[in-house]
Amino acid sequence: MKVQLRDPNKIMRLSRLGSFHQSKLSFLRSFLNEFKDWEYRRDLFNLDRFGYGEAVYSLRKDKRTYSLVCFANKIKDDERSDRVIATKWDAAFTLHDGVPTQKDIDRLKNEVPRQEVGRLSFKELTLSRANKSVRVFNHVVERLSEGKQPDLELLSNVGYLYRTTAVYGSGKFGLADRFRIKNREEINGPFRLEMMLVYLVRQFTFDQVNHVAHYKNPSKAVVLDRKICKNLGIGNSTGLGMAPFIVNHPTLLNNWVMSREIALKKIREIKKVKKKESDLFIDCLKKSLKNITSWNTDSEYQQIKIKNLLKDIKKFIHFIDNNFNFEDEYPFNQIYLWLEEKACEECIEYVVSIMMEPYNEITNPLVSQMSSDEDKYFTIPTSRTVKDLINIIEKKYSNILKINFEKKQNTQNFWFISKNKEEPRLADRFEEGGSELEQPLAIARDVKKLYKKLLDTKNNSIVAEFLSKNSELRHIVRRVFIVEKFPYSEIQDNTIGKNIVPIDMLRLKLSFFGALKFDPRSDKWLRICMFQGAPLPDELKSYDEQWVYRTSN
Amino acid sequence: MKSLSEIETTAKRASKAAGFSWGESEEIGKCIRQLEMFGLPGITHLNSYFRDKEKNNYESLSLINQSNSSSNPYCPIILGIGFLDQLKIVENYEKIYFSSIAYPIIFLSFLSRSSEIIGKKINVKFDEKEIFLNLNVNIYSNFLNLEFPKNSKDIEINFIENKDNFNEDEWKSLYKLSENTFVEETDSLKKDAAGAGLTDND
Repeated sequence: MKVQLRDPNKIMRLSRLGSFHQSKLSFLRSFLNEFKDWEYRRDLFNLDRFGYGEAVYSLRKDKRTYSLVCFANKIKDDERSDRVIATKWDAAFTLHDGVPTQKDIDRLKNEVPRQEVGRLSFKELTLSRANKSVRVFNHVVERLSEGKQPDLELLSNVGYLYRTTAVYGSGKFGLADRFRIKNREEINGPFRLEMMLVYLVRQFTFDQVNHVAHYKNPSKAVVLDRKICKNLGIGNSTGLGMAPFIVNHPTLLNNWVMSREIALKKIREIKKVKKKESDLFIDCLKKSLKNITSWNTDSEYQQIKIKNLLKDIKKFIHFIDNNFNFEDEYPFNQIYLWLEEKACEECIEYVVSIMMEPYNEITNPLVSQMSSDEDKYFTIPTSRTVKDLINIIEKKYSNILKINFEKKQNTQNFWFISKNKEEPRLADRFEEGGSELEQPLAIARDVKKLYKKLLDTKNNSIVAEFLSKNSELRHIVRRVFIVEKFPYSEIQDNTIGKNIVPIDMLRLKLSFFGALKFDPRSDKWLRICMFQGAPLPDELKSYDEQWVYRTSN
Repeated sequence: MKSLSEIETTAKRASKAAGFSWGESEEIGKCIRQLEMFGLPGITHLNSYFRDKEKNNYESLSLINQSNSSSNPYCPIILGIGFLDQLKIVENYEKIYFSSIAYPIIFLSFLSRSSEIIGKKINVKFDEKEIFLNLNVNIYSNFLNLEFPKNSKDIEINFIENKDNFNEDEWKSLYKLSENTFVEETDSLKKDAAGAGLTDND
């Protein structure tokens, strides 16, 4: 039986993309899989009794070493902010290519804590900073110094000791350009070095909290229980900075979503599912309930989504337990069709992710296809005809052509780059100034504008001729030719409408990162947790691949 | 040191601010990145071009012919983008002539990309300077100081047909030497080789 890939016009809608969940294809899980046989070391741990100073952690294999260089600093409570406008953080980090010399560390000490206003070199690969969850960190220090373990309920509610507020890579602030390292096999997957940084930072947070507790009460202090450590991750506050990324990297977006779609298609095409495969699927499904019931958020928007997810997952489990036989042919296809009919989008995508768990042979080859050589698709095929362009638009943007951009509500917002932090922002076109400096992220509106213009142009004229008279549409012509080859490269929604929920765009990207427990704090930023339940670095050589579903938090 | 990613992004944004469309600015960002990667002064000339652009009336050429003359220098960006867009047509010309181009180094970056797209080397001559654009892998010239003028006159562009840089005798001589790494096959081994036992007409 041949199953069709899902229709991009349905899957690439924001409400669906904003319902995606982590899976085996997620970057933090594929990072752990790639680096599981690397040697982990703590090379330097030079903190004072209050936990301030430098530390270096590394992952090594053969002649390659990646080193996380950490700087922990004292800051005042009123200086601590998760917003991108902050200028001081509890800790700052960079991932150095190789083993840093003392000279490197001295150089980095002056630059890394300054983050965006510092300058890094081609020897550094990623850059980040993080703030303590003061409430949790202080509690853990207090309890450990008294010889006790911390309150598990408090830890469970928060899920981390530190949260990062940005992770930068690919040439930002002088960091190494991607092309310098792109041929390294171990990083043949998106955001692998960013994942490595966050993963090693997680270990730093445990070491620091143990260190501070020890010096607080050397005779009585105990270390944080390993099982508790495993159930803590690294938090992250994410704002609008992430949203334009998925619009600005269409072929990359396609490759992420396409991998997920191919995995689903192949799983639906499995005629006979082995008992151990169905057992693993059911086990993950049932154990994952804990992830839903411990998913805390004050966001009413997300609470409703979680409530519906929990209700539908319970309904689905009941169906699997009572009305379903895995010995039937094409069981996962039947499951998928049942979900499409009976479950909400959040639940459909949740189960799709879990379907991948038993099938390494399907997911592993897809992981290496999730990067993209974007320059290959940059040149516009200008010898094609206007008719070709019209045909592509009618075929690939049918939802978008239905939007009436004459209506104010459909152009209500605009995207711009803020002057003070050079970060993307969204504002009301009719209330705020600056829309003349709008970023080219209103793809739907511009596609429609292009379409109208094309209809007034001779069908047999070539694109070069069209562009010589319509240079303002050049960026969108490029995209249309990209979407012709890459069906999942475009969000099939209006990104400037009144009802845009930007966190759907963030959620899409974060799900591919492997984030859990999305906690929207407004419609423009959210908190998440990464690596919660993941193996500790010294356990990497042999770990439970389904750790995501077996965390006790 | 600035990363190439920073160079591309900043050149793109600056171009938009200077009045180019987003799509044109994307092209400019890519080209300036490429020049800087080759060690050529892309940022310097782009800055200078933006400063001069308001004062000078650079000519916008939308349709490129074999011979193109104008009283004012051609804008290197409009010309470069036009060259990329009309590549399928202009590559059929044996030689292309421009009377004058402002900031020719900026135009060169577009030619370099053109060389990669059509898979042919391109030779450019102006002011007694000769430049070879080698499939966007590198740019080399007969002058070392890399001091590109703000304006250049009588620019001639040639597409170089893909042909060997050596003569047949030189090739044969080298090939003969390479044969010394081969081993003579015995008759029995020949019988087991691929296709053995079949006739060509079965």
